[in-house]
Amino acid sequence: MMSNYSAFSILRNAFSGHRNWTRAWQDPEPKKHYDVVIIGAGGHGLATAYYLAKYQGVKNVAVLEKGYLGGGNTGRNTQVSRSNYFYPQSCGFYEHSLKLFENLAQEINFNVMLSQRGILSVCNSRHEMEMYRRWANAIQMNGIDSEVLTREDIKKHVPHINLDCRFPIWGGFIQKRGGISRHDAVAWGYARQACAAGVDIIQQCEVTGMETTDNKVTAVHTTKGTIAAEKFALCVAGHTSQLAAMAGLRLPITSITLQAMVTEPVRPIFDTVMMSAHIHVYVAQSDRGEIVVGGGADIYNSYAQRGSLNTHHDNFSALVELLPIFSRLRLMRHWAGVCDMAYDVSPIVGKTAVDNLYISTGWGTGGYKAIPAGGDTLAYTIANDKPHKLLRPFQLDRFDTGRLVDEGAASGVAH
Amino acid sequence: MLRIPCPFCGLRDQVEFQYGGESHIERPENPEQASDAEWADYMFYRENPKGIHYERWVHSFGCRQWFNLARDTVTHEIIEAYLVGDQPKSRKRDAGDESYG
Repeated sequence: MMSNYSAFSILRNAFSGHRNWTRAWQDPEPKKHYDVVIIGAGGHGLATAYYLAKYQGVKNVAVLEKGYLGGGNTGRNTQVSRSNYFYPQSCGFYEHSLKLFENLAQEINFNVMLSQRGILSVCNSRHEMEMYRRWANAIQMNGIDSEVLTREDIKKHVPHINLDCRFPIWGGFIQKRGGISRHDAVAWGYARQACAAGVDIIQQCEVTGMETTDNKVTAVHTTKGTIAAEKFALCVAGHTSQLAAMAGLRLPITSITLQAMVTEPVRPIFDTVMMSAHIHVYVAQSDRGEIVVGGGADIYNSYAQRGSLNTHHDNFSALVELLPIFSRLRLMRHWAGVCDMAYDVSPIVGKTAVDNLYISTGWGTGGYKAIPAGGDTLAYTIANDKPHKLLRPFQLDRFDTGRLVDEGAASGVAH
Repeated sequence: MLRIPCPFCGLRDQVEFQYGGESHIERPENPEQASDAEWADYMFYRENPKGIHYERWVHSFGCRQWFNLARDTVTHEIIEAYLVGDQPKSRKRDAGDESYG
């Protein structure tokens, strides 16, 4: 039985030397049949299972994971949450996610260490500044906080910034409610609560094939045997094309590699999340003191889970240009994840041409911030067999109708 | 960084090149008659293989010519470079495979 995490439970467990904590989640063998099988125990898969079991009354659920839970892109991102998109469709969806994040620690009784330290976007040209004013205004019109900043404001926020770098800073804008949280805690917290609500999380269980009849998936073949279900959902971040192909589906998805890196830990020095789309880098300092850096993705299709050195060099050149104070920090870790990109760099979440197969894909390089809303709305979509109202713009059929949600052009989502 | 064998200039660093995505995609012959789904398939739907990918590159900072690569998307090994309009030698062509453009 799961115990509640609290100051009192820490104290109580201290008396037994912290040897008697109960397991956060179980490790069951798969049953033969479930109501819903979710493939992929990352943030989106686990959150979907949680909201299905807790709010949609669907408790006979399994989450299958080929590796270990939270071991894919959920554990490989730069932990950023924000809702500063351009179009009402995206702002509505990501704002829902940010609001869920704001209450997530209470909701799942797990400290996700959300720190709303502000997302500061700087711009490096006159024209970019004009576009940023328009963008910041659009965010306000969508009912979300954003403030345009001058060069001097930015210097106050980030005293270490080199305003007169190559492509000097003209100004920028900030979403103060944006910030970072602890990615592992989000995965572990959802896993723990999903498990408590009766969900089977089955790790080391790779899906190797699918059985289909009458335009339905009836069962999946896995490394732990065949598992049947009424409904299936793909929440696999970087490999949706491969999984969908098992059900005979082709998708408008391209997989690319995005890398990120952390430096050695230093004392608190940088208390915001800063990004420059123009010279393309984003940077924050983690609670452990590491400087977390991300930037451009590699340009070609890849499933390698390792980034190329020239892209790495570009990202770090941009960082050192903006923040020369970090130039002598040593890198500790450097990693990459496989990102499924749609043409308009917006997600594809909902039903497919296969009757009982649902997908959550196209999260590109920004899926982490969408975990709570992605789980909440996909759970609704699966339970009711119709898209959640926030997901209606993000259906697969938008590529047929041409009604794209082109955040790539609108809010400078580069990849 | 990839080292890319440009068919015109020889082996060069990847930073001299830009990427053009999947190759051998055919524009619908009669665009007016193509259904929305056919048009979407041409515009947006991709093979996205985990393995050998046939793809277009342009030598932007060299000869500025477009050409094709057969490249492994897991190991990043480049199997061959070949000219636009040509077919890759490395592809095992099934007899009667119409999708092979």
